Amino acid sequence: MSKLLDKETIDALTAKATSLPHPREMVIDVLRAIQDSHGWVPDEGVELAAAILGLSPLQVEEIATFYDKIYRQPVGRRVIHVCDSICCWSRGGEVVYDYLRQKLGVEPGGTTADGVFTLLPTCCLGACGEAPAMMVGLTTYGNLTPERIDAILEQERKDLNP
Amino acid sequence: MEPCRVSSVSLCLCGNYAFMNTPQLLFKNRRPGETVFLDGYRKTGGYEGLAKALKTMTPAEVRETVKASGLRGRGGAGFPTGVKWSFFPADAPGEKYLVCNGDEMEPGTYKDRELMRADPHQLVEGMIVGGYALQVPVGYIFLRYAYEDCARNVERAIAEAAAAGYLGRDILGSGFSFELHVHRSAGRYICGEETALLNSLEGRRANPRSKPPFPAVKGLFGKPTTVNNVETLAAVPHILTGGADWFKSLARTEDGAGTKLYGLSGHLERTPCLELPIGVPLREIVEVHGGGVRGGRGFKACLPGGASTPYLTAAHLDVALDFAPLEKVGSRFGTGGVTVFDDTTCMVAATLNLNRFFTRESCGWCTPCRDGLYFVSWLLEKIERGEGTMEDIDTLRDQIRNITGTSFCALAQGAVGPLEALLRLFGDEVEDHIKKGRCPLKS
Repeated sequence: MSKLLDKETIDALTAKATSLPHPREMVIDVLRAIQDSHGWVPDEGVELAAAILGLSPLQVEEIATFYDKIYRQPVGRRVIHVCDSICCWSRGGEVVYDYLRQKLGVEPGGTTADGVFTLLPTCCLGACGEAPAMMVGLTTYGNLTPERIDAILEQERKDLNP
Repeated sequence: MEPCRVSSVSLCLCGNYAFMNTPQLLFKNRRPGETVFLDGYRKTGGYEGLAKALKTMTPAEVRETVKASGLRGRGGAGFPTGVKWSFFPADAPGEKYLVCNGDEMEPGTYKDRELMRADPHQLVEGMIVGGYALQVPVGYIFLRYAYEDCARNVERAIAEAAAAGYLGRDILGSGFSFELHVHRSAGRYICGEETALLNSLEGRRANPRSKPPFPAVKGLFGKPTTVNNVETLAAVPHILTGGADWFKSLARTEDGAGTKLYGLSGHLERTPCLELPIGVPLREIVEVHGGGVRGGRGFKACLPGGASTPYLTAAHLDVALDFAPLEKVGSRFGTGGVTVFDDTTCMVAATLNLNRFFTRESCGWCTPCRDGLYFVSWLLEKIERGEGTMEDIDTLRDQIRNITGTSFCALAQGAVGPLEALLRLFGDEVEDHIKKGRCPLKS
């Protein structure tokens, strides 16, 4: 269990859970903490979250499998979410998606061989005035062109290996 | 009056320059690439609404003022805010909650993001005033996963407000105490449905709840709760400082009230997010604020207020963008996110994209949504591929009938909006796909 979260983090989360009248409200926070540290949520992560919050693993699994931004399978170090909703669609979103598939050499859901990027679709990112858009990790990028995508991915790679 | 943030000076075809003088309430502090925090917020009158409420008004008077202002919910449903607040047992003792719905995920909608990026204290002040009006001790701001920058802005604003005495115990010596928490989500559009949101907030699987009981009776953690949109709450301090009558008078339509954030998108020369009066005609949005359809092409259709609103066509360019006028023409105001489609757009393909969104985002709880929307996607794909039959149009009508009014929440109801409009306004185009055996707009 300690390979997913360090003791300090577990203690802090447990302390917060104990202080709340309804600890269950923290379940997404705990899953996101595991994900921030480990990249994705394995079965052990579901069990760890359950232990911290005083829930059954099933109660946590119900949550972990509902949200598309909680990953129950391994993902790359940065997940690329490409918007495929109506505004991005109208402004070349499909071209962006095809460009990324070709450039990264992966199908949707796949991870690059070097383990850096996973490519997934997402619904509207709320960047409709800057369509087409994508989110890399937690950063949203708009007004995408192939050149801009190249520059973004290069910068994201640099940020991972300072 | 403060200058409008409109960039274009071109002549509006109806010759009306009134838009140039739209007072900026919600976007008063908005500067490109900047976020205003406490010092800047207070310089332009920030927290004066809260002070006025706590020092000179009773909670009931605040509620009355909001009701008199005519403010309608800005999250898409447009329910009169003062009426929603009147359902709430403000005077009942015990646990009660005010929840801000910051789960903005309706395609075509990005105004709440713009608000929280520019001016997070405005939402915080609105929450505290709302908390006072409804006599609730605890508020939550529920934010979607993709709005992490907004979450950090709001958290910083909350910390600043607490340090300045606008949050916590005995605020401004009024005896009113209020604590405010940010809650981060992890995806899924259904979390914007108020009862699904409450389940999500509680750490439960985010299926909607059966209503009744409504949240005002049994909401967050089973206690009385009001859920309001970001933009709705941000408007409240302005209503108090300017007065209900003044706020109401800002609208261009007789029944309308206040200003609105309109987020433009799609096939326009420009796609800004602007604060304009309620009741601006669609033509002005397209030709003035959007700079016209991109590349000089023709206006074919638009979604007036997000993915759940039925299409409008060029025949509707003079319709005022407000709740009642849009209902009159078979559409809805929704969120005020206007998405324009030019004459290269295949409306079957557009409707398919919209329906795929709803299908994928279905929480899966009820059959009409989970299976009905999937079936609609299948039929639209068939038609777009050129393999549709005339019978398929009847089957689509059947699905509209089967889904309308039978689903557990409004997601599926919203989904059939554009579908119904496709058959009503673009029936010829649909039949053309079938007769030609291919999409007539693909070369």
